[in-house]
Amino acid sequence: MNALARIFEAAGLTTTVINIMPVWGERFGTPRTLGVEFPFGHTCGLSGDAPLQTRVVRAALDLLASSDGPPPIVRHFDEPWPGDFDVWKKAWHPKEPSPIIRVMREQAAARAQQQREGGAT
Amino acid sequence: MTVDSYKWLPPSLKGFFANMQIETPPEIPWAPLAKPLSEARIALVTTAGINVRGVEPLFDYEREQTNPGWGDPTYRVLPRDLRQEQVQSGHLHINNDDIDADFNVAFPISRMLELEAAGVIGSLAPTNYSFMGYQPDTTEWRERYAPEVAQRMKDERVDGVLLTPV
Repeated sequence: MNALARIFEAAGLTTTVINIMPVWGERFGTPRTLGVEFPFGHTCGLSGDAPLQTRVVRAALDLLASSDGPPPIVRHFDEPWPGDFDVWKKAWHPKEPSPIIRVMREQAAARAQQQREGGAT
Repeated sequence: MTVDSYKWLPPSLKGFFANMQIETPPEIPWAPLAKPLSEARIALVTTAGINVRGVEPLFDYEREQTNPGWGDPTYRVLPRDLRQEQVQSGHLHINNDDIDADFNVAFPISRMLELEAAGVIGSLAPTNYSFMGYQPDTTEWRERYAPEVAQRMKDERVDGVLLTPV
């Protein structure tokens, strides 16, 4: 997403990225980032919570309209996630592990198996 | 408050991302908004990997299943009058249930239309865009699809873009 923002901005379009991981804004050189401490898949807030979604979008638009510089500019949305952390740290995950996570787990299991077999000889 | 970028990640991924080696580009593009927000046309771009059911195909999640190191680099077009029942999701890296219930959690078209009606923004663009965010290799984004979408937005006289990765 940061790559898209950089290309759009270079084409003359003003951009703001609303990012759950605002650290990427600084590390990838993204012009403007609004960080939100929300679970993945919920960049603009809770389902059905229009007031919260509006506050997030308004904050992102305020940043878009700001002439503050120099980039990278990272602002932090000043509201915590309204849901329970212990519930949502699990709830955002896909129902089945993504293909790359499945592969990483298989590789970790294979390494562990090799270590066990190596330790037994 | 200061947002903790790693708050929602499991410990194994937290370490992976925190230690990822990234070469920060020396130059950052900068194009300040040239008109008041109340006169500006704004487009939305998400990486939620959604599409309009029956109009364009789902992203190629089947190929990603067989080749986990690949992510579909193409994009889909989403109209400003998108309705919930039109939305098809399938992103393999998040739980899509809430996007299926209220796409505004990741693609806030309804909120933007309200802000347009209130005069906060000039207008929401006629055309908005969806990418799929899992991109181990961004070459096709950088060399083909992002410039193509940028040109389409400029052709529709877009001034600013809100991007919503998931």
